[in-house]
Order: sequence, then C-alpha cells, then structure tokens
Amino acid sequence: MPEPVIVAQNLVKKYKDFAAVDGISFEVAPGESFGLLGPNGAGKSTTMRMVGAVSTRTGGDLRILGMDPDRYGPEIRSRLGVVPQTDNLDTELRVRENLLVYGRYFGLPRAQVARRADELLAFAQLEDKAKARVDALSGGMKRRLTIARALINEPSILLLDEPTTGLDPQARHILWDRLFRLKEQGTTLLLTTHYMDEAEQLCDRLVVVDKGVIMAEGAPAQLIRTYSSREVLEVRFGSDLNADVAAQLAGMGDRLEVLPDRILIYSENGESELVRIIDAGLKPITSLVRRSSLEDVFLRLTGRTLIE
Amino acid sequence: MTGIDDLRTDAAASRPLGALYAGNARSVMLRGWQATRSTNWLVVVSGFFEPIFYLLSMGLGLGALVGTITTESGQEVPYAAFIAPALLAVAAMNGAIYDSTWNVFFKMQFAKLYEGMLSTSLGPLDVALGEISLALLRGALYATGFMVVMQVLGLNLSWWALLALPAVLLIAFGFASVGMAVTSFMKTFQQMDWINFLLLPMFLFSATFYPLSVYPQPIQYVIQVLPLWHGIELVRGLTTGQVDVGMLWHVLYYLVMILLGLVFTTRRLRALFLD
Repeated sequence: MPEPVIVAQNLVKKYKDFAAVDGISFEVAPGESFGLLGPNGAGKSTTMRMVGAVSTRTGGDLRILGMDPDRYGPEIRSRLGVVPQTDNLDTELRVRENLLVYGRYFGLPRAQVARRADELLAFAQLEDKAKARVDALSGGMKRRLTIARALINEPSILLLDEPTTGLDPQARHILWDRLFRLKEQGTTLLLTTHYMDEAEQLCDRLVVVDKGVIMAEGAPAQLIRTYSSREVLEVRFGSDLNADVAAQLAGMGDRLEVLPDRILIYSENGESELVRIIDAGLKPITSLVRRSSLEDVFLRLTGRTLIE
Repeated sequence: MTGIDDLRTDAAASRPLGALYAGNARSVMLRGWQATRSTNWLVVVSGFFEPIFYLLSMGLGLGALVGTITTESGQEVPYAAFIAPALLAVAAMNGAIYDSTWNVFFKMQFAKLYEGMLSTSLGPLDVALGEISLALLRGALYATGFMVVMQVLGLNLSWWALLALPAVLLIAFGFASVGMAVTSFMKTFQQMDWINFLLLPMFLFSATFYPLSVYPQPIQYVIQVLPLWHGIELVRGLTTGQVDVGMLWHVLYYLVMILLGLVFTTRRLRALFLD
C-alpha cells in the first residue's frame, strides 16, 4: 500500500472544556475517496478544518502529505483544494475573475491561472457564465464554481465539507457526476456528509462519526453487512399505535427499531417478516421492504437517525 | 514520502514570520483592484468629492466672512489656506477608514472573504497588508486630487507642500492599520456605529476649522491625544510652510499607530481564521 496522504492519530480539538473532536484516528491513501459520515455537530467540520491546516489541533498527531500542519500550514494549504460548507465565493468579482484571483492567492503565474480557469469553467459546465455575477448563479452553479475554484492550484487532496447540502436533487446529481469524474482522474477526496446516499455513491471508505468519536470504519457495503441485515421492513401503524404494537412485534426479525413515526424490522427477508406480521392479525397502514443503507448502520451504532 | 519534513525545513526556516506571511500581499491588492473595477468604482469616485465640497463651502464661503486666521506659530493665513490642509488630512483619514472598517467588516462577517483567502497559501499578514495597502492607495488617490485643487486655488503657501503627499500617506496608513485592527474585533452593526460616533467629533474638534488655542488648556490636552490632530498639524505645517523639528513627533505618533494596528490585525486574523 502506498504512503497515506492523510494520517490522523488520536486527533483532539477542544474549545474550552468541550471536545468537538475527541480522539479520531484514520488514514487516507492517495487516490482514495474517504468520507466522514455523521449528524450535524459530530465534529466533521472541525476535523476538516484541522486537515485543511486552518485550525490547530489540541492533541494527537496529524500529517498531511507527510507534513505537520502546525509547522507547514502554508505548504500544506498550497497543495489542498477546499470546498467549505457555505459558499464563500467573492461576490464582488465575476465568475471567471473568481478563479483568476483565487489562483493568484497561491502565487501562481497569471498565464497559467488563466489557462487553468478556462479548463475549469468547462469542467464545471459554466463556460457561458464566465462573465456573470456570482449572485446571479443558482445554488448548484455556485457549488460547481466553488469546486472549480478549489481545483485551480491542481491540489493533491480535495476537501469537501457537505458538498451537496441545500441543493435540489437534480443539482446534486450533476455535482456527484463531476465529483465522480475527479475520482476517476485519481484526485484524493476527503468529504463530510450527513447524507448516506452521498456517502454510498462517492466514498470508497468512510468512518461513522458521532459526538467527536469514530463509531465504525469501512467500505459502505462492508459496514452495511457488519452492522445491519440485508433487508429492512418499514411498517407504520400511526403515531399513537407504534409503541403499543412494537411490544407485540418483539422477536420478529434480527432486530427492531421503534422510531416515532415507524417501526423498522431488520431481517434477511423482509417479505416473510411482513407475512408473519399480517398472520399475527396486525394491520400496518403502510409497509415497505428495502435494502439496508448507511442510515441503518448509523441508527444501529448510535440509536439515532442521521437527520433529526 | 519519507523525509519530506527535512526537505521542507528550509522553506519554513526561510520565512522569518513563519506561517503568518507568504510574501503575497500583492494578490490581495490585485483582488481589491479587480473588485473596484468590476462593481464599486462609483463609491470610490464619490469619496473624492466630499472634502472638495467642504473646502468650497467652508473655505471660500465662510472664509469670505472670517478673512485671515492666526496659526499656532503666529502666522496670518487666509481662512481657506488654514482649513484646506486639515480637510486634506481628513480626506486621507476617511478614505482609509472607509476601506479598513466597513469594507473589512462586510468581507469578514458576510462575504467570508478572508476565510477563503486563508484557506490558500496566504497568511494573515498578507491579507492585512494587502487590504491596508489598498486603503492607503485610495487615500493617496483622494489626497493627490485634493492637492491639485488646493494648488489651483492658490492654497499651497510653500514648496514644503510637496511633502504633504507622503505625510498624507502616513496618516492614511495609520488610520487604515488601526481601523482594520479595531474592525476585526467588531461583531455587530451597532458596534460598527460606535466608530462613526467617535470619528465625527474628532473631525469637528481636532483644530480642523479653528486653532487649538480656542480651547481651555485641559481640552487642548484631550485633543492632542487624538490621532487626527497630529495629522492636521503635520499637513498644515507643510502646506503653510511653517516647518519645525517638533513635527517629527507627529510622524512618530503615526508610525506607532501603523505598527500597533498591523500587530493586532495579524494576531486577530490568526485567532479568527487559523485558531
């Protein structure tokens, strides 16, 4: 295995007494697409800021491209691309100017930046918006421009903090397609998300983070195999009845999860569980059999849903 | 990948200011120039006319009633020639303050501009120097225009007036530097209003429109502590040709302002964005 580009060992970030990140360890190999999955406030963004060399760690060890960010912040940042959670595009500049000016922050020569800017506008499918105002772009276009901007210095690692949060489904799919292309080209991606479908689509490997600690680590499919059953049966009996019915369902499937609005029954075969429920004389209002997802992994590990 | 720390040691050691400065403040200035050209050049132009309107109304209008006025050193000068250097210093202050306070506040709190800059290889000192230099450039632009108007109206009484230009740059640098430092601690619009609340009386009472000797002694001391008075005295001495060694104190005052402002701005940006 080649030398990892990110090595975090027992990484800790404390704000006064509160530990936002409380002993996280992981490694990312070059060309790998690695995810931090967890709910809001899990410590994902704080971890990202430390990896991005804009936040100093309180404890543990961190090496980015073999360098210690405490000492080589500027060197590390010059080889990273950063897509922050909220767009911070320069609204006083036009679309193409955003790329040009940003490239100059890295001290890159004008001609090189100009050539790269045109390539990236094509990549982000924003060629016809080159002279547009940033405020006039849609949310999806702004995100694509932010990603293009992050690529201006041909970074070794691209950091994406919640890349598709707040976008409509169509814009998300366009963005995923672009990120997937980067992945195919061998760019190392480190991304945070609280969407399990995003993690499943984009991540080779991921860690599930909650309250500043890692709950599990592995490839999406492997995590699902380890922490969940093959299928899930979701049944609804109405908000008032769910809890009462749950008692009668005890023993069905491998495991039960009772949520406020529905009951999840984990099983290798969801259909046969549904037959058992109906044979027992219970009448769910709705029922759905689906494959297990990372959402179920998270529920299993923390007892909570990802989006609350 | 092994040994990269050793290879890079030289790079870190050759940066005397460490991670604070990448030697690329130029790119921050370039961004400001681009933004001005792209969106807000009208605001910049409007700032140029403000002190000229003051000069025309008070200097020529009020000056017709006042006639001449006696300066601190006992020289009689026309009223317009008395207030013109003060307005010049104020113009430099206003240009620098506008860029380094409201502009910086907006960029920091809403546009998240510095957050973006500091996730590149730029350091906080690059950002501070770049932004302050830009404010300085604007102050210089206003001042040069104003000096031309003064010359046309015959209000530059001596060749020393040529030195008023660098003096004005010094004043602009001082205010820009401290302005950005103060702004970096501000969190709300209300706090930003305090800056204006302080600036207006300073503009009116810093021996701008009449000599300091008008005030009783204790109030004179208060005025002499404030930065604008030092700026006005410095510029007035030069444009009226009453130069003495004591004016170096005014220069020193501004050098200290510049230094303190830069140190606090850099430290604050570091705490805010690279904690």
